[in-house]
Amino acid sequence: MFRLSETPVAPATLARELVHARAGACVTFEGWVRDQNAGRAVLRLGYQAYAPLAISEGEHILGEAHEKFAILDVRCVHRVGTLEIGELAVWVGVSAAHRDAAFSACRYVIDEVKKRVPIWKNEHYADGESGWLHPDNTPVE
Amino acid sequence: MNYRVLYFASLRDRTGMDAEQVNSLAVDARGLYTELRARHGFALDEKRLRVAVNGAFAAWEQHLRDGDEVVFIPPVSGG
Repeated sequence: MFRLSETPVAPATLARELVHARAGACVTFEGWVRDQNAGRAVLRLGYQAYAPLAISEGEHILGEAHEKFAILDVRCVHRVGTLEIGELAVWVGVSAAHRDAAFSACRYVIDEVKKRVPIWKNEHYADGESGWLHPDNTPVE
Repeated sequence: MNYRVLYFASLRDRTGMDAEQVNSLAVDARGLYTELRARHGFALDEKRLRVAVNGAFAAWEQHLRDGDEVVFIPPVSGG
């Protein structure tokens, strides 16, 4: 299940959805909004998404994780809208019988989401400017 | 042909619009982007973008049909 959320998400609630009788491992990743990027002070972030394609591409990535790794469940939630410093921007959770598959699948999902899902991050800087970012966190223009 | 074009990120900032109806002679996404880039002054080269038609990634050469929803996808930066 890949979804976009316009409101704050609760990681503990999300992780409970991964519970499975055969699961011996659970790995979760939280991406947080930090207060600087490339040496510039950041006040807050704004995320835009092309929702229908973001959800279908996100679901596609989760399907790939199921094919590549021996996991029981995998979920991802990405925030959209305005986020303050310290807020959770993206959450990935995986349950599996064993930890290797859980770690690998979690890493795969966050890396592919950042590369492929049509979501854009706009950084609002302390100097009043703002800018859209590339996947490598360099400015678009 | 009439197309519905949605804008995101730097393209939305440039046009000041979330979306617009475009009447165009362009028959594929490449032609449509070339036309809209000239009209709006987009900085991003086509090579830096992907394109989606009716909610799915598409090839630049894909033939467009009247009423299609077209989205030019700037480099993504989620996470």
